[in-house]
Amino acid sequence: MKNVWIICRKELKSYFASPIAYLLMAFFALIFGFGFFTATRDFVRFGFMAQMQGRDMPMSVNEQVIRPLLGFASTVALFLIPMITMRLFAEEKKSGTIELLMTSPVRDWEIILGKWLGALLLYLCVLGMSAINIALLFAFGKPDWKPILVGYLGLILQGGTLLAIGAFISTTTKNQIIAGGVTFFVCLLLWLLSWFTAFDSSGYGQVVNYLSIVTHFEGFAKGVLDSKDVIFYLSMIFFGLFITSRSMESLRWRA
Amino acid sequence: MIKVEGLTKRYARTVAVNNISFEVEKGQIVGFLGPNGAGKTTTMRILTCFLPPTAGTATVAGFDVLENPHEVKKRIGYLPETPPLYPEMEVSEYLTFVGRLKGISSADIARRVGEVEERCAIGDVRNKLISKLSKGYRQRVGLAQAIIHNPDVLILDEPTAGLDPKQIIETRELIKHLAGDHTIILSTHILPEVEHSCQRVVIINQGKLVATDSVENLTNRLRGAESVAIEVASSNGPLEPHEVQQRLEQVSGVSRVLPREAREGRLSFEVESLSGRHIRPELARAVVNAGWNLNELRAVGLSLEEIFLQLTGSEKKNAEPADAEKEVIA
Repeated sequence: MKNVWIICRKELKSYFASPIAYLLMAFFALIFGFGFFTATRDFVRFGFMAQMQGRDMPMSVNEQVIRPLLGFASTVALFLIPMITMRLFAEEKKSGTIELLMTSPVRDWEIILGKWLGALLLYLCVLGMSAINIALLFAFGKPDWKPILVGYLGLILQGGTLLAIGAFISTTTKNQIIAGGVTFFVCLLLWLLSWFTAFDSSGYGQVVNYLSIVTHFEGFAKGVLDSKDVIFYLSMIFFGLFITSRSMESLRWRA
Repeated sequence: MIKVEGLTKRYARTVAVNNISFEVEKGQIVGFLGPNGAGKTTTMRILTCFLPPTAGTATVAGFDVLENPHEVKKRIGYLPETPPLYPEMEVSEYLTFVGRLKGISSADIARRVGEVEERCAIGDVRNKLISKLSKGYRQRVGLAQAIIHNPDVLILDEPTAGLDPKQIIETRELIKHLAGDHTIILSTHILPEVEHSCQRVVIINQGKLVATDSVENLTNRLRGAESVAIEVASSNGPLEPHEVQQRLEQVSGVSRVLPREAREGRLSFEVESLSGRHIRPELARAVVNAGWNLNELRAVGLSLEEIFLQLTGSEKKNAEPADAEKEVIA
């Protein structure tokens, strides 16, 4: 485990030594801020309208602001994750430093886990930007904190899944652009799967629908912690890291 | 320390290393010699557990590279052809990272980093970004990285490639200093390097072992006969080349005289001796006795370079390359 931490720290340092970490954080803060602005503006307008019409409408910050915002964040993450994972292995393969890692007394899974954790920590930093907005909600309102926590857990699990898949794709090429592009395409595909089968209730459609990253996030956004979804994400993370380790081993045999 | 037996590495279409066997004893410096693409890097990568062999075995310090890679890796320091550096790190930071990765405890790491920085003369750049370093410094940082955990075995893939002459000398000195505590394999296609720093040579060509012996033995065995360059000038009147050549041929122990150059009353020849004969004193006497001036007399000798060319080039000339190999190895 010590080695995992050494590699993880190195990855994080690399992210923060280049502009990429700051760019991603700034980009996310901006987009999320825009989403937050729109969501709260609509919420306030809705409140005014309800008052003017004299009707007693049920209003909930959790339901009407936070839930759509979490869904929005999960979509934005799809675009950010390829930028986080593309360099993970591709860069090391290109510069030859992979040779250093693979000839050090470190096991493959330690390298992979370390890199994945490093990427996940960066992703957490990026997500952390949204805490500013959520803090504002707490300052001026009384949202329930438990569903928010569940929502963030969902974001982390979904991010972890996509990061694991991105890590795998990064092991397959020396070219960061290709790694990023393919990862983006795969993320998009996993996202769109639920659209393709929205009206398909056959067994086949259900399977495809199940594989969609988004369908499993909906529960988390609502604040519902369903073990089925947690297991889906955890098993996807495991699967992603597993194929990464297979791919790394094949590097040795093909190289 | 290192034992390689029947090592073979096959890629999809080519055989990079073909049935190589050799042994390296503790504390030796072994030069791994061969033209580009001979299979040097592949062999080294197998020894460092970066690549698995297709067939055969390799053991380092008694541990098999396939069965016990973890133990092998602990005992090996490896400098690949391009030093594996992270440009965004500072030198000390990088060495600390590598040291930790190689299993140095956090209590010892600062001391070790300081030691290797001093040893490789990179103390003055310790707080610089690696991306800002010159090629020579990068190479030295690469070397520092390889020795940081004080490994039993050092594997250096062309450690002096791309350095300027001064840096090459410094690097060679450094490698010589490292010998003794470490067993070193270094690959190169530059021959003087082997003559300077190695005790033993392993020559491979097109994936096959061509020769393995100590540097002296190899030069002696292949040299045998002496080769001497001689320049003769006339003291009075023009020289008759034919006459001079005849005169030289009469010296005892001379097997062959080859005219090289003739201009303005100066003639130069290359004289080859019979095996095991020293002909220089006799030659000098013969020239002086004939009343000519002796301008130059110098042993040419077969350098390792020529031996190398003979060994690696012989396959094309020989109808049976296998025979050529046997001759050398036997």
